Amino acid sequence: MTTTTTFEEGPAVEPHTFLEPSYLTSENTLSSWLFTRDHKRIALMFFASITVFFFVGGGAATLMRMNLATPHGLLQPSLYNRMFTMHGIIMVWFFLIPSIPTTFGNFFIPMMIGARDLAFPRVNLLSWYVFNLSGFIVLYSLIMGGADTGWTFYTPLSTVYADGYVFAAAMAVFINGFSSIMTALNFVVTIHRLRAPGMTWTRLPLFVWGIYAVSVVMLTATPVLAMDTFLLAVERFIGIGLFDPRHGGDPLLWQHMFWFYSHPAVYIMILPAMGVVSEIIPCYARRPVFGYTGMTIALMAIAILSFFVWAHHMFVAGISVYSGVAFSLLTFFVAVPSAIKVFNWTVSLHKGRISFDAPMLYALGFVLLFTLGGITGLMLATLAIDVDVHGTYFVIAHFHYIMVGATVSAFFGALHYWWPKMTGRLYPEMWARFAAILTYVGFNLTFFPQFVLGYLGMPRRSYTYPPEWQSWNLLSSAGASILAVAYLLPLFYLGWSLFWGRKAGANPWGATGLEWITPSPPTKHNFERTPVVTLGPYSYDPDEDSFITQEGVRHVR
Amino acid sequence: MSDSAQLIPEVQYATLEQQGDTAQLGMWVFLVNETIFFGALIFTYFLYRTTYPHEFEVAAKDAVLWCGSVNFALLLTSSLTMVLAVNAAAQDERPRRMIIWLVATAALGCAFLVVKGYEYYLDYQDKVVPVAHYEVKPGEGSAGELFWVFYWVGTGLHAIHLTIGIGLVLYMLLWRIRRGEIGPAYYAPLEVVGIYWSFVDTVWLFLFPSIYLVGRS
Repeated sequence: MTTTTTFEEGPAVEPHTFLEPSYLTSENTLSSWLFTRDHKRIALMFFASITVFFFVGGGAATLMRMNLATPHGLLQPSLYNRMFTMHGIIMVWFFLIPSIPTTFGNFFIPMMIGARDLAFPRVNLLSWYVFNLSGFIVLYSLIMGGADTGWTFYTPLSTVYADGYVFAAAMAVFINGFSSIMTALNFVVTIHRLRAPGMTWTRLPLFVWGIYAVSVVMLTATPVLAMDTFLLAVERFIGIGLFDPRHGGDPLLWQHMFWFYSHPAVYIMILPAMGVVSEIIPCYARRPVFGYTGMTIALMAIAILSFFVWAHHMFVAGISVYSGVAFSLLTFFVAVPSAIKVFNWTVSLHKGRISFDAPMLYALGFVLLFTLGGITGLMLATLAIDVDVHGTYFVIAHFHYIMVGATVSAFFGALHYWWPKMTGRLYPEMWARFAAILTYVGFNLTFFPQFVLGYLGMPRRSYTYPPEWQSWNLLSSAGASILAVAYLLPLFYLGWSLFWGRKAGANPWGATGLEWITPSPPTKHNFERTPVVTLGPYSYDPDEDSFITQEGVRHVR
Repeated sequence: MSDSAQLIPEVQYATLEQQGDTAQLGMWVFLVNETIFFGALIFTYFLYRTTYPHEFEVAAKDAVLWCGSVNFALLLTSSLTMVLAVNAAAQDERPRRMIIWLVATAALGCAFLVVKGYEYYLDYQDKVVPVAHYEVKPGEGSAGELFWVFYWVGTGLHAIHLTIGIGLVLYMLLWRIRRGEIGPAYYAPLEVVGIYWSFVDTVWLFLFPSIYLVGRS
């Protein structure tokens, strides 16, 4: 089936796009959006929702960094407590966890495996409504005055002493979990049952593997959080419960159950990002990804190991030193598959034909920031160091390197990489590169000083600090303002490109996946005929600058 | 009953068979998730039970054993009628037998809820509603109230699941079967409801001995 065609650069609109309208224009009524079953439209609706929450959570972060620019702060201490709590809750559950799966996963999983939709389109739509319902509840909690327990809702602070809208916030998290579960269930079943002929497990793009791994984690971890927050809400509501020491309850049980979910949740946030980067790097290095099998095993290994490390969040919470040692050791194991992935991404660049387009800049930024976040994670896994820096800005800096530096970079990388496919328009490349570099600079300027502050002993969640730490805090706040600009920029130039951007061809980057054989933007049911897959992903050849799509068609650039 | 012209697979499926298989897989995956949800509750229950064995034993003696046992029998029987309904759907062109078994299933489910409601009434009279209407019995200490938190949360969540199950059976009866969409050619939706029903039954299989039987000899 291998034929050779010449790949044309620039706007090449395929003839059949004129025959059938795209998914965006096939129906135009409001109800055709609100009741759609099209995974692509639902992906865009999710994108709109999480973008709102990204900027709400970002607004809270802005207030925090403004407050910390001076030692004595701007905000009332109680307001500062509410700000960091709402920042955490919104960013974790309403942006990071749904971010890549509900948008790019929703849009591209069916397309990458050659399916016409997800297995359960109605469940997919319901997931969006449930997500927004939980979103309204969390916004209600925020507007009414917010919660001040931190995003971790530690008991008995959250059940007995906190006077904010903890019940509403906990219910929002509980309901949000249903949305996670529905989306994850859809992905698992779709990937199992709706692959096109020839799309074997070893031919799946790594993004699909990443989403598969994350869906398994979501399905198995989220119900524990659901039960945990349910019990918390009951206790908060009726005033007696299982975490209440006055009745013999154990507050630590909350922490165990919470981290049993929330540590895997960290991998829920990073695994899809790893998948995205595994798509972008081969495409812009024009070279097959190094160690495909190792990558898939590493993804699944991270997913499984994530369930055995939760208590490393509790080294100073009063667990026994023996379980501390055991969890410390188990945490080190996670570094092995993570390191395999970093090595493989790096080697994938070797002898490639690298172009530094915006998605690639974001992807490379991901690898660097993930490495730094990962290495500091190893430091924190060490029992002795963790006891010293636990609850300081060192921890804050560490997990922001992973969750913001790595995941949000990958999110923006994915957004640029797939933007032409989603909208049919090319984004302005120079602006995008500028934003990518600005993100990297702003991010490091914001969070690297926090490593230093943490090592100096600055506690997290404090609205004030001794004046001698002001220069580091000022650097961090200055970086945050740069980061804010870098995150706002795409809003403008991507918005501009929607109307005035150059029209994109079916495959503007010369990529191999099945999603690129459809017109940009795709038609309502993605494929006119079911594609037949003959090859694995990433058949790039840097020497001849050619590539072979998964259908086996060879193109020379 | 309308003809089988409606029986075309949804756009993302090649065949009805694929659609049915996928629906079943979806339910099984969902039940993995549900198992962990209830598993977390039962796990914490036994954690506390081993921490406060004596207090929990004393408190558990006030649970109304006959209500739990009757419900156990009702629900197990309902799983049997459910399976017979699925069996009838697979074999009979005419839906009569399937409808009879489904009505029996829904009726048994409702009977369970009635008995459960009566038990809650007895519980209220016995003053075992934490906070609202509670009296500490001799020997149970302050941890006894924790048993009752588990009791209400566990049986309450189970009752909600059962109510959803009855709703699904009614949806099958009043909508899908009336429209002639369930028959030997395609009965996957009914089978999916059946799998869910058996799961709700299985949850009671664990809750019943944990609440009513442990430590009562």
